[in-house]
Amino acid sequence: MQLSRDDLLKAYRDMRVIREFEERVHEEFAAGGIPGFVHLYAGEEASAVGFCMNLTDVDHIASTHRGHGHSLAKGCDVKGMMGEIFGRQNGLCAGKGGSMHIADLELGMMGANGIVGGGPPLICGAALTAKTLKTGGVAIAFVGDGGSNQGTTLESYNLAKVWNLPAIFVVEDNGYAEATASAWSVGGSQVKRAEAFGMPGYQVDGHDFFAVHEVAREVVDRARNGDGPSLVHVNLYRYYGHFEGDATTYRAAGESDKVRAERDCMDIFRRRVTEAALLDKKQLDAIDREVESLIDDSVAEAKAAPVPTAEQLLTDVYVSY
Amino acid sequence: MAKKSYRQAINEALAAEMRRDERVIVMGEDIAGGMGAPGEQDAWGGPMGVTKGLEPEFGRDRVLDTPITESAFIGAAAGAAATGLRPVAELMFVDFMGVCFDQIFNQAAKFRYMFGGKAVTPLVVRTMYGAGLSAASQHSQCLYPVFTHIPGLKVALPSSAYEAKGLLIQSIRDDDPVIFFEHKAMYDDEEDVPDESYTIPFGEANLTREGDDVTIVAFGRMVQFANQVADKLEKDDITCTVVDPRTTSPLDEDTIIEMAEETGRVVVVDEASPRCNMATDVSALITQNAFKALKAPIKMVTPPHVPVPFAADLEKEYIPSPEKIEAAVREVAAA
Repeated sequence: MQLSRDDLLKAYRDMRVIREFEERVHEEFAAGGIPGFVHLYAGEEASAVGFCMNLTDVDHIASTHRGHGHSLAKGCDVKGMMGEIFGRQNGLCAGKGGSMHIADLELGMMGANGIVGGGPPLICGAALTAKTLKTGGVAIAFVGDGGSNQGTTLESYNLAKVWNLPAIFVVEDNGYAEATASAWSVGGSQVKRAEAFGMPGYQVDGHDFFAVHEVAREVVDRARNGDGPSLVHVNLYRYYGHFEGDATTYRAAGESDKVRAERDCMDIFRRRVTEAALLDKKQLDAIDREVESLIDDSVAEAKAAPVPTAEQLLTDVYVSY
Repeated sequence: MAKKSYRQAINEALAAEMRRDERVIVMGEDIAGGMGAPGEQDAWGGPMGVTKGLEPEFGRDRVLDTPITESAFIGAAAGAAATGLRPVAELMFVDFMGVCFDQIFNQAAKFRYMFGGKAVTPLVVRTMYGAGLSAASQHSQCLYPVFTHIPGLKVALPSSAYEAKGLLIQSIRDDDPVIFFEHKAMYDDEEDVPDESYTIPFGEANLTREGDDVTIVAFGRMVQFANQVADKLEKDDITCTVVDPRTTSPLDEDTIIEMAEETGRVVVVDEASPRCNMATDVSALITQNAFKALKAPIKMVTPPHVPVPFAADLEKEYIPSPEKIEAAVREVAAA
């Protein structure tokens, strides 16, 4: 299926929002305005956007500790996200969750997650709900290469298969689980793991939005049609450390710069759409400017927003108690 | 004696015990770091740098980086302990016990009893706990009461750098499974720590302050806060005894009861969630055994019954602060 001009503009804008958001969070964290632990998604945008563009609000995703990109791609409000990361009242979770627990259930975003491998079982649940209530929805668990080794993840593959759930497991392999290379930590192959559980497995270049989008459409369609779960192994790269403050000395010198220069998903996208004359450079530049100003506003609003009150410490633990 | 940080004290204890006994191994997620990667090896030494330097000295065969698979490697540590090694496994954040708890409480804790006294499981699980870094709900909990609840486990809560070194060496030499809790906000705290190895026995409380008016029983980082309060109140002629039980299992019940009887006024400070925590446990202990000596109701200083919040202001409100401890001590002293 050919993507429409509007689809292409949306894809570019969504990726640009994530990139700009993460670059700003990187700066603001360094400046000292953001508390806690922050894990950035910059460099991986084509994956989140490639998958989430095939979803609607009836569909669910679960994310990882590196959750900003998935949240934004699923439609979470930029200003609410920035407010949350700053720990302010205007945050999506009223400042109580922060970067690692950002969520918007109304949009089907079931949360970033502080627990590696926390998401896949939840997504089996979301898929079960969709199947039981016949919502037509599907559910995607984004997992890192690290999370792909957790028992919860492998158990979820099996459960999704035996219950024939509309579930999709997206293993985002950025080369490193924290400071450990996925080349060492993952036994066997992700695709063969999928096949061993009786579901289709795919491997895709996560720097190439079009490749991701195409595989995503196929697995989402399969799930939506009742034909069960799939797994997609996405090869990509994170530009920053595991967390902000990680010196990344375990990587080769110049490794990140080289990927940025040669395989950046935004550059590849721009080149592809302009060379094919699908979009022109001016349109893309205009999006860049619009997004930059949106991110500026979101940071300004977050900084100006009030912090949560002491009373809020005690609220929202239970529905009733 | 040299000033050393809590981090350095733990590192020294590990290195010394690895030199002393080749059966001691350490394992965990990025406990060295850089495994299979093209850059620096020993790149992390754990997320807080606590184990840095072990891999260059002892090599990858005794400093094992693991995939992110807590069930598998904590269980493997338990199995290795039961079969002849003395593993020190790092469960990066105690909150991750949710992933691997079965291996700890149904397996390691019960081997000896279930197998008729035939098993020896010299396992140490080092784990990070506590609020204070805006690490939010899944990386900030104080779950030591949960482990204390399980027969078969020992639980150590070092309250300073000196305590950390002595208690960790004791933990490694102990033949039972020990859960060793390191407070994430204390790694840079420094004090005098001897270069040589020493042990601090389990189940023997330490009196960090001695006074006549109020007894404060505090755990882990809260001992530091209690000491600050005791020092401040001394100027107002309220003198406090501060009891650091050091281990919650075994618990030095005799010293706690004795110190409660001496002053008759007790404040218990616990950073863990307030229901079924060490504060309730110690309060029950004192009420049962020293009721007649009490001159005032026991005060418990704990966080509220809520998950640990992210926003810094909320977290500050959550943590039992020196101010809250001081208010409780003044109230008990005046009652």
